[in-house]
Amino acid sequence: MDNVLKIIMQRLALGLLTLLIVSVVIFVAVNMLPGDFAQAILGQGATEESVAAIRRDLGLDQPMVTRYFDWLGGVVQGDFGASFASANAASFSGTTSGVKTVAQQIGPRFANTMFLAAVTAVIAVPLSVTLGILAALYRNSVFDRAANIFTLTSISSPEFFLAYVLILFLAVLNPIFPSLSNIYDGMAFSERLNKSMLPALVLTLVVTAHMMRMTRAAIINLLASPYIEMARLKGMSPMRVIVKHALPNALAPIINVVALNLAYLITGVVVVEVVFVYPGIGQLFVDSVKTRDIPVVQACCLIFAAAYILLNLTADIMSILSNPRLRHPK
Amino acid sequence: MILWIAAVLVGMGALAWVFRFAGQAATGNVPKFRDMPFGVAYGYILAVLVVGWLIWAYFQGRSSDPAIANKFFFLRIGIEGFIIFAIAAWLFRLAGRRVGTAWSRKMFRAMPLTAAFGVMIILIYAILAIFAGLLAPYGQEQIIPGVAANITPGGDPALGGNPDFPLGTDQIGRDILSRLIYGAQNTVGIAFATTLLAFFLGGTFGFLAATFGGWLDQVLSRMVDVLMAIPSLIFALLLMTIASVWAPRLGIPLTVFMVIIIAVIDSTRVFRLSRAVGQNIVVMDYIEAAKLRGEGFGYIIFKEILPNATAPLLAEFGLRFCFVFLTIAALSFLGVGIQPPLADWGTMVRDLSGFVNYAQFAPMAATAPLLAAGAIALLTVAVNFVVDWMLHKSSGLKE
Amino acid sequence: MTEPLLKMRGVKIEGRSDETWNPIINGVDLTLARGEVLGLIGESGAGKSTLGLAAMGYTRDGVRISDGTIEFDGIDLLTASAAVKRELLGKRIAYVAQSAAASFNPAHRLIDQHVEGPSQHGVMSRAESEADGMELYRKLRLPNPDEIGFRYPHQVSGGQLQRAMTAMAMSCRPDLIVFDEPTTALDVTTQIEVLSAIRDIVDQFGTAAIYITHDLAVVAQMADRIKVLLKGDEVETADTRTMLDAPTQEYTKSLWAVRSFERPAKPAIATGAVPVISVQNVDASYGSTPVLHDVSFDMHEGRTVAVVGESGSGKSTTARCITGLLPPKSGQILLDGEALPASYKKRSKDQLRQVQMIYQMADTALNPRMSIGQIIARPVQFYLGLTGAAKRKRVDQLLEQIELEPSEYYNRLPSELSGGQKQRVGIARALAAEPKFIICDEVTSALDQLVAEGILRLLAKLQDDLSLSYMFITHDLATVRAIADEVVVMKDGRVVEQGPKVDMFTPPHHAYTDLLLSSVPEMDPDWLTNLLKERGVDNVGDAAVDKM
Repeated sequence: MDNVLKIIMQRLALGLLTLLIVSVVIFVAVNMLPGDFAQAILGQGATEESVAAIRRDLGLDQPMVTRYFDWLGGVVQGDFGASFASANAASFSGTTSGVKTVAQQIGPRFANTMFLAAVTAVIAVPLSVTLGILAALYRNSVFDRAANIFTLTSISSPEFFLAYVLILFLAVLNPIFPSLSNIYDGMAFSERLNKSMLPALVLTLVVTAHMMRMTRAAIINLLASPYIEMARLKGMSPMRVIVKHALPNALAPIINVVALNLAYLITGVVVVEVVFVYPGIGQLFVDSVKTRDIPVVQACCLIFAAAYILLNLTADIMSILSNPRLRHPK
Repeated sequence: MILWIAAVLVGMGALAWVFRFAGQAATGNVPKFRDMPFGVAYGYILAVLVVGWLIWAYFQGRSSDPAIANKFFFLRIGIEGFIIFAIAAWLFRLAGRRVGTAWSRKMFRAMPLTAAFGVMIILIYAILAIFAGLLAPYGQEQIIPGVAANITPGGDPALGGNPDFPLGTDQIGRDILSRLIYGAQNTVGIAFATTLLAFFLGGTFGFLAATFGGWLDQVLSRMVDVLMAIPSLIFALLLMTIASVWAPRLGIPLTVFMVIIIAVIDSTRVFRLSRAVGQNIVVMDYIEAAKLRGEGFGYIIFKEILPNATAPLLAEFGLRFCFVFLTIAALSFLGVGIQPPLADWGTMVRDLSGFVNYAQFAPMAATAPLLAAGAIALLTVAVNFVVDWMLHKSSGLKE
Repeated sequence: MTEPLLKMRGVKIEGRSDETWNPIINGVDLTLARGEVLGLIGESGAGKSTLGLAAMGYTRDGVRISDGTIEFDGIDLLTASAAVKRELLGKRIAYVAQSAAASFNPAHRLIDQHVEGPSQHGVMSRAESEADGMELYRKLRLPNPDEIGFRYPHQVSGGQLQRAMTAMAMSCRPDLIVFDEPTTALDVTTQIEVLSAIRDIVDQFGTAAIYITHDLAVVAQMADRIKVLLKGDEVETADTRTMLDAPTQEYTKSLWAVRSFERPAKPAIATGAVPVISVQNVDASYGSTPVLHDVSFDMHEGRTVAVVGESGSGKSTTARCITGLLPPKSGQILLDGEALPASYKKRSKDQLRQVQMIYQMADTALNPRMSIGQIIARPVQFYLGLTGAAKRKRVDQLLEQIELEPSEYYNRLPSELSGGQKQRVGIARALAAEPKFIICDEVTSALDQLVAEGILRLLAKLQDDLSLSYMFITHDLATVRAIADEVVVMKDGRVVEQGPKVDMFTPPHHAYTDLLLSSVPEMDPDWLTNLLKERGVDNVGDAAVDKM
């Protein structure tokens, strides 16, 4: 067991290191912007004095390395700095009470996005694993071929195409779900679920297709191994071959597939949230990109990257844990 | 509601059992029915029900009552489109088997229908993209004087259409058909250029890393690891924000920045693959033989490695193209990709998306945004079908 | 006469490739009495494994039985329902696969897999079967029989796994076991243990068996009767002694004849002659793991030095040191008495030219995208600077030397050649450099016996014509007998014994050489019995290994 623990600690350390380097990359990229933040906040008509004042307030007169560590120090404590957009608004009104921190802005939206991802995962994971196993068992049958065409199509379609098709059929022609996902705090769970259903279904379509194809490939690969043939030649029933002999070994690849696809959700969520005006972190990110609200962009980027790295790390660690060679060393 | 669903499921189960039992009785217990698991029988029943419903829905779509017909309009179009494309692909394959060189005829003979469909669509897009200037009735930026904005597609004046503009006009009165055709040139052309650049970068570094190994491989691989740790669309959006500030200052169009940014991000994936492919080839004994003969790196890379790497790289090119194409479409849809006034499908979907809500009363109006989105989907589906076939072929029909 | 246990009549089997069905077995009859062991031999592609599986009523994906009847104890396996067949498989017909390491499920312990058959088929309870499994492990002479079952497959060695799999096949006391090349993947010294264990247990329980192998000497030890297959057709069937003493068919005779190829001994090497290659006190390691310790031997002009040893003994590593792919930690390699730079990168073109190599797997040694002509022409141009017509002439000449018709083969791709032809192209590429010294790394081990024989004869002829010096890496002592002048025996990265072939094959030997030599199966059906008697039955190989 020590062996496994050591490998897992190594992976964790590696993941943390990657995240650190990613934060440097993001910070440096943002600092490649011409001019500086102070100018951006106050706009063209600002006096030099006020620019200098803001520079001092935000610590922009410090060297880049110092600023990076200040920023990183803040991030570790959950402080992502102040949002430009709200700072801007506040400077016009002349008060500071309206300044929203980035963390305040991101917090509830992050929760919304997690909710959407969770709903998607709950539908997509069991569905796609079941379908993937079925396609592998009845490979080259009509069902398998139809599934192949269907999943290829859904993988190839842009998310917004799938989104509009679903809106067309499930919101406009047959008003089953609302096409706008204007959820807010304090909404009843069932209502929230109902409003999140269409975006979740779009994500499900995309993710299920990926997951199902990967599950199918993993299972087919597995069914070709000699120990499965051996189990059949021992006269075991098809059910037992699958449950006793294939599944324990399929667990690792399937977990891997699931984690990788949840990581993929992160990218998909951006477009889908914009289409359905879902108040999640993806939509905030796109809005901030358009208004060039740098602290928010920076923070969102880091959160997306962290989630992505974390999920990949999970996939990695799960497959280590389910490998009998590592669990039972010689 | 739940009761209903449960009843239907149980009913289907009973039907499945009857079906299997009848099959056994009618055929004298042939192995096909004798060894049929219950799940398979259930699957047959389910398939029959789905097909039956589709046929029913199709005829609903042809109903004379406009309320019902409108409701099933899109399903009808979908089914008709599916059948027309299937027949077209079948005819195309038939033609491919008759004309052309011996090699191409042989290729068409072994081709599944999906791949033939893919090849056909890719050819059509290529022709549209190359001859867009000749084929499009109007210019892509042309706001035709005296023509209303928002003309409904379909060309039927009774429904708000205009026969001169079969697909209607957009919110400022530009011809949608022309913009769709120019979109092929812009969107596909830019995506193609981006993919080429990504392959040039990723391929070069990937093969260098595989051949030289050592610290060069280490440095390149770690760099790629970091770049790949940031989801690509997110990273692209971040860099596009920065580029959008720089572009006007430097006087370089934002589209150029977009091509470079996406190519660099995507080249990391190409790097991974070409490095893996390269490493598989480098361990071959014929490479060792060439090294021991005293051959230089140039000879080894160009004569021994590259010719053996083309097949997997070609398939990957198709996949990467789809990915790049979808990324650009997504960026444009979000408003930070290909910039107006260039016609581009992603932007068109965003601009026309509001029409979807009219579907119930004026189905034709709702087709406008779907056409642009569908144009994107159709091409990526086509490329994926071809790639799927290529991969299946190169895997040696094992399965 | 009592009814046979297994009766196959006119069995035809087809395999699918490129959407068409191609024959694998074209109508073979097979009869097996209770308690009888039938040896099924043939070259790769003869269809032995397919036939073996068909005897169990089983076909792999993409394979079908198109004609004939298969009857097991009166039950027609081709028309029986899936449930009836499942009831037979494992319980009355069992299977032992070639690769035990791949055929045990990595997720379960050995004993859990062992008891699965008996408990699922209702033969014994789980506890009974577990106790019985340990008893079987003991009978099969597995170390720690009470404990070994509780390990996972990856914790057990290949030879032991193969015996555990035999035990698993025995778990329901079946009437028939199909052994599919059970010892092919094992080293010779391990092979003996497995062979004797299998033979004893089959004897003890009176189980009938079909023993599939390509190794004549092995089948001679195991089988009562031998059936020879060639490309899906039966060549002949006879009982073992008759088959060995008086084969009737040409093909069978030619298989036997392979063993008789032997070159005349060459005169002793003149004292003071400078060796072509001299390996002097070479130590080498991969990373920090040492693999070679103080290896020294000489190779002379016109002679063949065979380097033998089991896998992991350092044979191939020595070759890598000579070619310069793995620079030695200490010691040196001399070419014609002059030290070669340690790394191939520092060697001159002429030094590189003198040392050539022929690889084990011709498939990976030839660039699949180059024509045969291009492959051979490259060294001609690179080393000798020939171009145009002169180059073409030289390539044609080389193709003739390896007995391939130039006009026919020049433009072909490697994939259009058979295994033996590819290996010949590999030889031509080495010859094209006009070297003094060629390393042959297991060049015949991937080939069928008859083809391998042809390659050996060709190499011998080329040596006589061109006074080449060969270093012949092999684990197969029959090949050593056929072609070597001198022998170097290696074990664990050290040279254990070296000298002229004649001395090596006459006792007294070093203990390891003795074990190695005596473990090579001979065509005599009594060989195994005698050997076991000599070594003492109870401690077959294990004890012999411990002795060292």
